[in-house]
Amino acid sequence: MMMKAIRDTVTLFGRSMRHIQRSPDTIITVAIMPIALLLLFVYVFGGAIDVGTGSYVDYLLPGILLIAIASGISYTAVRIFADAQKGIIVRLHSMPVSRASVLWAHVLTSLVSNAISLVIIVVVALLVGFRSSAGVLGWLAVIGILALFTLALTWLAVIPGLTATTIDGASAFAYPLILLPFVSSAFVPTGSMPTPVRVFAENQPVTAIVEALRSLLGSRPVGTDVWTALAWCAGLAITAYVVAMRAYNRAP
Amino acid sequence: MTDVAIRATGLRRSFKDKEVLKGVDFQVRSGQIFALLGSNGAGKTTTVNILSTLLKADGGSASVCGLDTQEQAERVREKISLTGQFAAVDDILTGRENLVLVAKLRAVPDHRRVADRLLHQFGLRDAADRRVATYSGGMARRLDIAMSLVGRPAVVFLDEPTTGLDPEGRHEVWRAIKELAADGTTILLTTQYLDEAEQLADRIAILHQGVIIADGTLGDLKELLPPAKVEYIEKQPTLEEIFLAVVGKKGEETHR
Repeated sequence: MMMKAIRDTVTLFGRSMRHIQRSPDTIITVAIMPIALLLLFVYVFGGAIDVGTGSYVDYLLPGILLIAIASGISYTAVRIFADAQKGIIVRLHSMPVSRASVLWAHVLTSLVSNAISLVIIVVVALLVGFRSSAGVLGWLAVIGILALFTLALTWLAVIPGLTATTIDGASAFAYPLILLPFVSSAFVPTGSMPTPVRVFAENQPVTAIVEALRSLLGSRPVGTDVWTALAWCAGLAITAYVVAMRAYNRAP
Repeated sequence: MTDVAIRATGLRRSFKDKEVLKGVDFQVRSGQIFALLGSNGAGKTTTVNILSTLLKADGGSASVCGLDTQEQAERVREKISLTGQFAAVDDILTGRENLVLVAKLRAVPDHRRVADRLLHQFGLRDAADRRVATYSGGMARRLDIAMSLVGRPAVVFLDEPTTGLDPEGRHEVWRAIKELAADGTTILLTTQYLDEAEQLADRIAILHQGVIIADGTLGDLKELLPPAKVEYIEKQPTLEEIFLAVVGKKGEETHR
């Protein structure tokens, strides 16, 4: 039973990866906006932003990566929406295919395609001067946090994918997520923000995640940020998963 | 018992406070083409969804090949396939890839050969390696039906297989369904077109307002129908024949 579920997941994962291969724009567009932001902030605004010691691109990159993930997962919502609309999900449910596999294949696809986008962005960041002193363990921790963040947001994306009534609705939920890093320490230190904004910025998940990534990449002690970051990601992942599965089980 | 492929007994189902099925009874013998005829909202899709394990009935029971659709849903899914109201094909993949995908999911050995055979059988060989997005409505529907045959399911459900197709597309699909039946597959199809039931079905049941109001062969039903209705049936194919004659084509292969 379990083996069958894994095999079905792999088969369906192969299908959606083929979709991505045939429309690589889903990866390129995900990478381009964050890259544009990266260049804009490094070469235009960055000079006016004081982040203390270290180069601004090192400061900026974690937030840019989170923005890329937040926009990348909207494609998952769109792909699930399209499958539901076209009756492909119903067809799969009437076949001897594990129900869970149908969603997990999309979730895996999201993890892989977002990872490719992130690699492209990191390469561009390296070209414009990003440097990290992190060792293998540090990088593994960074990858782990990014993967968990992607997983959490992907399960969040499954919900509109299953419940939206239009394709625009399926993707629109990502906009607030993309804006969230701007009201955090991702671009500028929170110290200069007015108190209510600062309180929000310092206590929202993006700040904790960005700070943890920044410390890991700079080989500095991570402190409690990493636990706050992990707690946010795990909490969001579990909540989104439960709500998504409830919506999924309501559908025929 | 073994001779009955599909059995519905007193099926009831409501959505919110609307009672869609009010006790539906019928049986389909193995190898038959059975048409469930009814207008929009009569409960055809609900019936098919219950029989294909997608939906639970509120009351009554349903079985396919002697297996209960609720208690033994997993095993029922191995026996059946469902072609829904809209062609559920992946239009980013090619026709061949769609078939291979289903073959892999159904764990059918030698999926390349299975795909080749079905592409040939449904006249899609030339279009096999084109993306389905470039197919005509009739071709997509034929592929849809071909996908339902991978792994040779004993029972095939076709929910309004020709809705939205032009007359040529309809004839292509009709031919496909007839070939299917010739293989010995049991077919339950729903339709709102009288001529479709007339063309294809060994047995016809009329579903109206949630109950079966007539069930029998075409000959049985003809005796029940008032003459005015019969006249209407006879007119429809005539216009179609004119259309096909004017267009000068009997459907076959790729028109984009």
